[in-house]
This record gives sequence, C-alpha cells and structure tokens, in this order.
Amino acid sequence: MLKIAKYTILDITRSKVLIAYTILLALICISIFMADADVTKGLVSITTVVMIIVPLVSIVYATTYYYDAYEFTELLVSQPISRKSILMGQFLGISGSILAAFLVGVCVPVALFAFSDTGITIMVTGSLLSLSFISLAFLASTLTRDKAKGIGLALMIWFYCSIIFDGLVLLFLYTFADYPLEKAMILLTSLNPIDLARILILLQLDISALMGYTGALYQQFFGNGWGVVFTIFMQLVWIAIPMAFSLKVFRKKDL
Amino acid sequence: MRSKILIVCFLLSCAALTAKTIIVSKETAIASLKAAVKLAAAGDTIIVKKGTYSSYNTIIDKEVVVLGQGLPVLDAGYREEVVTILASNVKFDGFVVKKSRVGSMRDFAGIRLHKVQNVSVTNNRLLNNFFGIYVSDSKNIYITGNYCRGNSNKLESGNGIHLWKCEDITISKNYVTGHRDGIYFEFVKRSFIKQNLSEKNFRYGLHFMFSDDDVYIKNTFKGNGSGVAVMYSKRIKMIGNAFIENWGSSIYGLLLKDISRSIITNNRFIRNTTGIYMEGCEGIEVTKNSFNNNGWGIRVLANSLNNTFHVNNFSANSFDVTTNGSLSLNHFKNNYWDKYEGYDLDKDGTGDVPYRPVSVYSQIMEQIPQSVMLMRSFIVNLLDKVERAIPSVTPQSVKDETPRMKQWIL
Amino acid sequence: MDTIIEIKELKKSFGKLQALKGVSCGFETGRVISVLGPNASGKTTLIKSILGMVVPDSGEVFYRGQSVINTFDYKKHIGYMPQIGRYPDNMKIGQLFEMMKDIRQRHTGLDETLVDAFNLKSMSHKAMRTLSGGTRQKVSAALACLFDPEVLILDEPTAGLDPLAAEVLKEKIQDEKAKGKLLLITSHIMSEVDEIADDIMYLFEGQVKFFRSLNDIKTTTGEMKLGRALTKILS
Repeated sequence: MLKIAKYTILDITRSKVLIAYTILLALICISIFMADADVTKGLVSITTVVMIIVPLVSIVYATTYYYDAYEFTELLVSQPISRKSILMGQFLGISGSILAAFLVGVCVPVALFAFSDTGITIMVTGSLLSLSFISLAFLASTLTRDKAKGIGLALMIWFYCSIIFDGLVLLFLYTFADYPLEKAMILLTSLNPIDLARILILLQLDISALMGYTGALYQQFFGNGWGVVFTIFMQLVWIAIPMAFSLKVFRKKDL
Repeated sequence: MRSKILIVCFLLSCAALTAKTIIVSKETAIASLKAAVKLAAAGDTIIVKKGTYSSYNTIIDKEVVVLGQGLPVLDAGYREEVVTILASNVKFDGFVVKKSRVGSMRDFAGIRLHKVQNVSVTNNRLLNNFFGIYVSDSKNIYITGNYCRGNSNKLESGNGIHLWKCEDITISKNYVTGHRDGIYFEFVKRSFIKQNLSEKNFRYGLHFMFSDDDVYIKNTFKGNGSGVAVMYSKRIKMIGNAFIENWGSSIYGLLLKDISRSIITNNRFIRNTTGIYMEGCEGIEVTKNSFNNNGWGIRVLANSLNNTFHVNNFSANSFDVTTNGSLSLNHFKNNYWDKYEGYDLDKDGTGDVPYRPVSVYSQIMEQIPQSVMLMRSFIVNLLDKVERAIPSVTPQSVKDETPRMKQWIL
Repeated sequence: MDTIIEIKELKKSFGKLQALKGVSCGFETGRVISVLGPNASGKTTLIKSILGMVVPDSGEVFYRGQSVINTFDYKKHIGYMPQIGRYPDNMKIGQLFEMMKDIRQRHTGLDETLVDAFNLKSMSHKAMRTLSGGTRQKVSAALACLFDPEVLILDEPTAGLDPLAAEVLKEKIQDEKAKGKLLLITSHIMSEVDEIADDIMYLFEGQVKFFRSLNDIKTTTGEMKLGRALTKILS
C-alpha cells in the first residue's frame, strides 16, 4: 500500500498540474495578505477561497488522476497486490500530494502572516476538506466507468455541496420556519462536508454572533467545545465513508 | 470671670473633642467598632487595628472618620448587615467587610448609607455580601477604590454598588464581580461613574434606570451575564468605556432603551454578541467608537429616530448594522466599514459609492434565526453581492454616503 | 504434467451481454495453449478472470487447487502481457522496471533475456508517454517474463511488434515452454498460432467450442494448415 502511495506521489510530482495548484493557492493567499493590513479580514477572504477552490480542485484532480492511472491500476491488479492496497495506496498518494500543495500554498502563508486560532482552524479544516473531497472523488470514479461521466459526477458533487445544498437548506428553513429546527439544522449541516468545515471556521470567526442564538442545544454546540469535536468527527466520517464505499465497489469492479 | 472660664473650658473641650482618636483593638477594652462609635463624638477619628471583628448591624450615626489599619475584618457572619452609616460627613476607609445576610424581603448590605451627605467610602474589600454598598436618599457621596466580590451564587446575589434616589455621586476605580448587577442606578442624577471595572456579574455590569444627566467614563464592562443596560434616562454621556465579551442571546454590550439626547463616544465594543442595541432611542450621537469582532455591531430598532452614527470603525463583525424595519430617520456618515468594497478614485479618503451596512442575509436572519448556520456560505455571499448590486430587500435609506477607505485612528 | 489452472463453470456478464456462459477447462504445465475465437467471444474476459481483473458472476478459478476468487498471492506466479500496455505517462522505462521489482519485492533471479534482446536498457531514460505502440509491447513482454513466472499469459503478443521482435518473442515462448511452463496465448494470426501452439481452445459466444491439441485437429481434418483445419471444423 505504501509502495503504491510512493509511486503515485512520484508520478504526480512529475506532472505540472499540482505545482500550478500550489502556486495558485500561494499567490491568492499572499496577495490577500499583502492587499490588506487587517489580518482577520485576510483570513475571512482566504476562508471563502478555501471553501470553493480547495474542494473543486481536490475532487476534479483526484477523479482525473484516477482515470489517467486506470491502465496503471490494471497493471497493478494483475500483480500480486490486493485491490484494497492498490486503491488505498492511490488514495494516500493523491491525498499526500494535494495536502502538500495545500500545506505550501495555504498553511505556510497563513502561518507566516496570521498565526492564530483562526489560522490553525483554516489549516485543519482545509486539510480535512481536501481529504473528504478526494474520498468523494474515488467514490465517483469507482462508480462510473467512463472518464467523462466520472468527472461530470465529481463536478456535480462539488456543485451540490458548495451551492445547491445550502440553497435547499435555506428553502427548508423558510418552509419550516415555525418548527423547532435545532437538531435538524445540526443534522443537515453534517450532511455536507463543506458546511462542516464552514461551521468549524464560524466557531472561530463568528462565535459572538453564534452565541446570540437561543436554544440550549446550540448554546451547548457552540459554547463548549462540543461543536468543534462534533464537526471534526463528522469531517473524518466524510473521509472514511465514501472511501469505504469506493473500496467496496472497487473490490468487485471489472477492469 | 466665671463666664471667661466657662468659655475657655468649652474651647478646651472642643479642642479635645476634635482631636480625640479612639483605637479599636482586640487587646484593649474597646474591642469592637460598635463600642468605639458609642464612645465617640462628632469629629472624632476611630482607628481599627488589624484583626477580625464580629460586626453585625454596626451603626455609625455620628460624624466620624473610621479608618482601618492593615485591613481589619468586619464580619457579620450572615446575620443582618455589617455597617450602616446614618450620619453625614463620615469617612469610611480600609476595611474588609464581609458576610451580610442574604434576604428575600430586605436588601441586606455590606455597607449601607441612608439619607446622608458628604460621605466617602474608600479602599474597602467587600466580600460575600448580599448587596455590597447600598446608598439611598443621599447626596455628594464618594465611593472609590473598593473591591467588591459577591457570593457568586446566582440566586442569592444582590447588586455590587446599588444607588437609589441619589444626587451628585462619584463612583470611581472600584472593582465589582460576582454580584447580580455590578453597579445599579435608579433615580440617580448628576453623577459620575469613572474608571471602574465590572466583570462577570450575573446580570448587568451596569444597570441604569430613570437616571438623568449622568456621565460614565473609562469603565470596563467585561463578560457580564447581560452586558450593560441603560434605560429610561436622558442626557447620559458614555465616554471611553470598553464593552467586552458580553455573550449570549438577548445579551448586549450596551442595551439602550428609551434613552434620549445622549452621547456615546470613544467607546470600544469587542467580541459582544451585540455591540449596541437601541430601542426607542432619540437624538443619540454615536461617534468615534470602534466595533470589533461583534456578532452584531449595532442593532437599531425601527422605533428609534434622529440618531447619528459618525466616524466609527466597524471591523470583523459578523453583521455591522441590523434592524427590524426601516431606519430612514437615522444617519450614518463617515464611518469605516471593513466590508466596504467600493473605490476611491479621487483619493480623498472617502469611498465614491455609498455603503449599505444592512446586508440581505441579516434580513433573512431577522425572519429565520436558524439560518445562522448558513453564515459565510457561498449562497449567502452570493445573495449579499447581488443585493448590493441591485438593492431590493434591504432598507434603501440605510446607507453611508461617505464611507471611509481606511480605519480611523481613535 | 499436472493441471495448474482449472476453471469450473465460469459465468460472467456485462449488463445484458453474456461474455462467458459457463466455461470449464484445465490447463497443464509445459504446454502452449492458444485461445482462439472471433471478436467478443470471451477470450479477454477469460484471461482477465484468471488474473482476477474481472470478478466472475459464478463459477470458480483454481490455481494449483486453490480458489483464486478474492485472493492475490497466486499472481506472483503469473506473468501477464496485456493487449495494449499502458503505463504511467510520466514514468521512464527504467523507473517502470525498478518499480515493478519493488512492488513484487524481487531483485534477484530475474529473467532479463527479453530486456536485453529488445535493447530496452539503452532506452531506460525514455518516458513512457513518448514510446511507440511497438516499444510498449516490448516493454510489456519483457515485464511479463521478468520474474520468471511459471505461467505466462500473453494477450495478442505479437500485434504491433516488428517482425524481428516478433521472432524474438516466439523464440522466447518456445524456450519457456521447454522450461516446463504454461503459456496461455490469444492471437488472431493463424500462421503464428500454427507455429507455436500445442493446444487450441476455441471460444465461441462465451462457450468452449472445442479444446484439442493441434496435432489432433490436423490429423482429423487432414489439413496441414491450422487456418484451413479450423474452417473445416467450424463449417
């Protein structure tokens, strides 16, 4: 498994896409910090970027890579290696590469310009977000046979998570505004990895506003670390579950 | 001749009276403050030496100076009150006053002042009293440098410094914590509250009712259960105070209800759920304040009018200004808004397009508070951007025609 | 001679298409077996099933008596040359060989005859994406033989190879057979099959039409050439 990961990383580092992604992230971060002396404002802008670009690139890149490496996967399957090791190895390899890009492109500038609780939260959530979208990319790729369909599905997942889902939630809130929706809202949020990441950052940036919300559950959720534990746990679930499914599919998949 | 002798005698006795100092100490016959007051005459000085004295319902009804040496302890052991001052011109300084009774019918206090003038209560430590310092029907009172810690029991706490029907009071450099209200004013006129620190009280750091023409300057109100409330008062000046970390639903850094012709200037509002909340306010000038990291910078209800908001800094607030209706009769000008995305082509330091501080998302939040979970989501950002470009939902009138490009240095 | 691979009632369908409809057969060591059949007759599916690349719907594949479904260890005894060998684009030939050795964890007892014969070492710095189809085939063939496996599965091995290289490969096949290995080959070129095969397994619409030795076919049909013999049998 680790060998596959190693060769996947070696393969990716030879391509220029990931380097371009790293440079793009770094440029965005540095220009944001340069443009404004207010560090908190910079972090807010970076959050917006992290919430959009990081999932998009992670899912599209991982899906494309999966299909580009399809023949290689075929070759590996004919070798004495378990399918689980092959897929997990590729997952680790891609994750390692994308995380490295995120580390250099976002974490380093944030650590240099705005090392704070909020900064650390952005680093952690951004990393977890990358991982969950790579995991989703594997699910999308193993479920589809065709590269175009796979990338289409990946884009749909991204579009759904970043825009449509929240729109539906808003609609849901309007429709059921008269009902107590506390639990429902927390549940709904956990159905979208981007929302989870966002909430984790909100807990840093907007805790003052969040504390204004009435209701014991929210008070507990926002007030005493419980929310942080819950969201991070759910983000981990969002990494584990799609990958577990994709492993299950891949085990039975014809190559 | 006899009359001359009498006069001399009188003068001598007067001199003796003014000069008389009574020492209270555990080792001497005068082993309590109560005993000393009994012996004293107007103008005497009572010095209480270091030690712990049982003192319940000690009444000071003579014009004396009472000084503690080495912080002697007056302990009521939860029986009634510790010290009651019923004479004017009393100076009470340097004691630890503790354990007044907790009552539901009467407001037992550590130090009570009633119907007096020119009394100063200074440098005392008030611990575990129901009410700390309780002043009623008095004038020209100085309460300075006291440390006042309540019993930290939410249900059995009175106010730290409580004033009722007073005039010309100065409250300065006190520290109040663990009480119901840190400082409480009701029917108090022409008074100063200066450089006090009121934190972690269960209700308000400062609570103000029906009190006109008062000034409070350079106080810090931090982490109080419900922030600071100023209600039903006129001509209040609030200058240079800090309102910090007052968190929770219906909790405000500064709550203003039915206030008119007042000034709020040079204050700092940091990490409060709501910086300032205004209800039924009229003619208030809010200038040169900074609002940082609050949930809501300012919330102004539509029944407020003729208020002006000039030269303030708004940064890193989740929402800058919200309202429940329209704010057509209130004026925003020359403020710095960190969310402003306009430009300044003529380089005069003022943005060329107006800023609308009320975002469409804050309007959504008005209707559906649960949508707090969608804050900073793509959809919400999109809605806000569209609304700024083509305003249709947000109150048109609320805008700052001359937003500053850079923060004011305040 | 012992049966090394045994297939029992293997069935596989892709959607509505039934690729294998109950194939049963056994392959012995020391033979070159040619799997023939028209397009879409199930040749590649059969090979991929043996290699575990296609998971059959039902039936079993045994390797030395052990069922291979969901296992992978037996693959270290198999060398596979795919029909179209495609490899990580950015990798160089040398790196590819190193990686395969690394993955199989074998660095000794390697069979590098084809590597030398195809002169691959001199091209080891070339990236895979720059290679022609023929060169890739050479790489595939060399890789399949590299670990000296007891079974070699070659899918259309000479397609795309230049005549010289094809000759080299055919020679190699004969050598391997002489070492007592099992060689499973699919091919469309009758003359080639005629040259190298011992047995012919003919698949038609997912079923084994016949599985006979080449000599047997020739003697029963009285034809000297395989192509003609086949037409005679099938007509």
